[in-house]
Amino acid sequence: MKRALRFIVFYSALLGLWTLLAELKIWPPYLFPSPWGVAQALYGGFQDHTYWIAIRVSMQRVLLGYGISVLLGMALGLGVASNKFLEETMGGLLVSLQSLPSICWWPLALLWFGLNQNAILFVVIMGSLLSVTLAMEDGRKQMPKIFGQAGRNLGAKGFKLFWYVLLPASLPFIVSGLKQGWAFAWRSLITAEMLYLSLGLGQVLMMGRDLNDMSAVIAVMLLIIAIGYVVDGVVFKGMERHLQNKWGLTPAS
Amino acid sequence: MSTNAQVVPRRFAAAVDARIPAHGTRRGPVSIGHLEPAHLGVPKVGLSEICLSYRTQSGERLLALDHINLQVQAGEFVCIVGPSGCGKSTLLHLIAGLHSQSSGQILVDGNPVEGTGTDRIMIFQDHGLFPWLTVGENVEFGMKMKGVPKAERRDKTEYYLQLVHLAKFENSYIHQLSGGMRQRVAIARALATEPDVLLMDEPFAALDAQTRDLLHDELERIWTQTGRTIIFVTHNVREAVRLGDRVVLMTFRPGRVKNEFPIELPRPRSLEDPEVAVTARAVLDELRDETNRSLEAEYKNGMKPRISPGAAE
Repeated sequence: MKRALRFIVFYSALLGLWTLLAELKIWPPYLFPSPWGVAQALYGGFQDHTYWIAIRVSMQRVLLGYGISVLLGMALGLGVASNKFLEETMGGLLVSLQSLPSICWWPLALLWFGLNQNAILFVVIMGSLLSVTLAMEDGRKQMPKIFGQAGRNLGAKGFKLFWYVLLPASLPFIVSGLKQGWAFAWRSLITAEMLYLSLGLGQVLMMGRDLNDMSAVIAVMLLIIAIGYVVDGVVFKGMERHLQNKWGLTPAS
Repeated sequence: MSTNAQVVPRRFAAAVDARIPAHGTRRGPVSIGHLEPAHLGVPKVGLSEICLSYRTQSGERLLALDHINLQVQAGEFVCIVGPSGCGKSTLLHLIAGLHSQSSGQILVDGNPVEGTGTDRIMIFQDHGLFPWLTVGENVEFGMKMKGVPKAERRDKTEYYLQLVHLAKFENSYIHQLSGGMRQRVAIARALATEPDVLLMDEPFAALDAQTRDLLHDELERIWTQTGRTIIFVTHNVREAVRLGDRVVLMTFRPGRVKNEFPIELPRPRSLEDPEVAVTARAVLDELRDETNRSLEAEYKNGMKPRISPGAAE
């Protein structure tokens, strides 16, 4: 209860300050919108379905892109972790590539795939693939060897060994990497969408800029934050809690 | 292997209507009623001239196992003792097919071992149970990998959990169990795949004394009921004498078979039996030299180049 109270106090103070600054009219409303204006923009955006469509399109893209990079990243990470040659060669490359913001792939993606969905997808995948790969590589190494041995001993081989033993055994070690991968995927998506007319949230945000409608810009920013927060809080927190209950431990994250 | 396949259902049946007296007076390798006569000539597990060498991190070659010869009869309970670092665990990993030897041959029912197989199941010291599965799912795991139909899996899971007195815990997770219970789940999981040979790698070493005593009794009972062949590795001589039909003593690095002691004490036994203590004394006297060598090496190097089974992976 105390916690909730602190929340309420903090956020009403923040809103109050915002309203005050807006009411003082130091800056014109189209540069510094009031909370009320943002709320109206949000309401209008949902009312005429713009935001619903944008959310759906963006979610579809990020889920597809993130899904692909999780699958690819796990396969890659396992490969790197279990092969000495790959580990020595590709391991370093992967780490250095991670310092590259994924939007740097945008020009290449445009040339390779044209100005379309696939280019966006490519940027999303490049954004999250490396975190997932590195997490999986690390997870495979941290995972106690005994699980693999016990699995093989009980007759699990090849894909079955991966699916029923190695993957679940490494989950507590890769869940934070998966979470990071999601965050990167989401950011890469919005960035890419801002660069190309594409129906997604990123485009709606840019539209606000083009129309000099800062209320709309802030409304979309709030949406982007909210979606990221919900996925993090619901999906990944849920996954972590689930793992904690099963394993009886606190995952390192 | 092909003959085993036919034996399995009967095995299970024999185990189910385990009217075999819970603590029979059976002793020694030959008194197995329900085995095919064809098996009696060929040892269940035969090791001939097994050598294993490693390259250590400093680059020198280290001989871990040196011409090991050992024959284990079907239904026999063999205990292998030796100082730490003698390669006894490694030997089990070789039989399990988790690693391969440098030279020599491992035969099971006369067939060379190639990789892992569910006819040989390992029970690890730290149990190796899967924490993401429930107790029941753990026991079911090997059968699931083998493609056993679901209904049969359920029946057998229930049966084997009852055998280790854990039926009530089918839906618990591993971390909710005590150490002794975990080891019993590991035993149930191993038995559920109906292996011919159980390979036990210091399974009770991490348990407290009371729990260990209880598990000794349970293991002896389960062994009598199911008639499996058991190869049990331990550094505890009393435990080996209390459980085994035969105790095999190994030397400190390189691991060789130093001596074998047939244990012909009546069953059921107990760790406190004076006969067990007397017999253990005899084995211990021979073990002492090896333990001393092991300690010497440890002191000399500050840290011994430990031969752990994982090192070869």
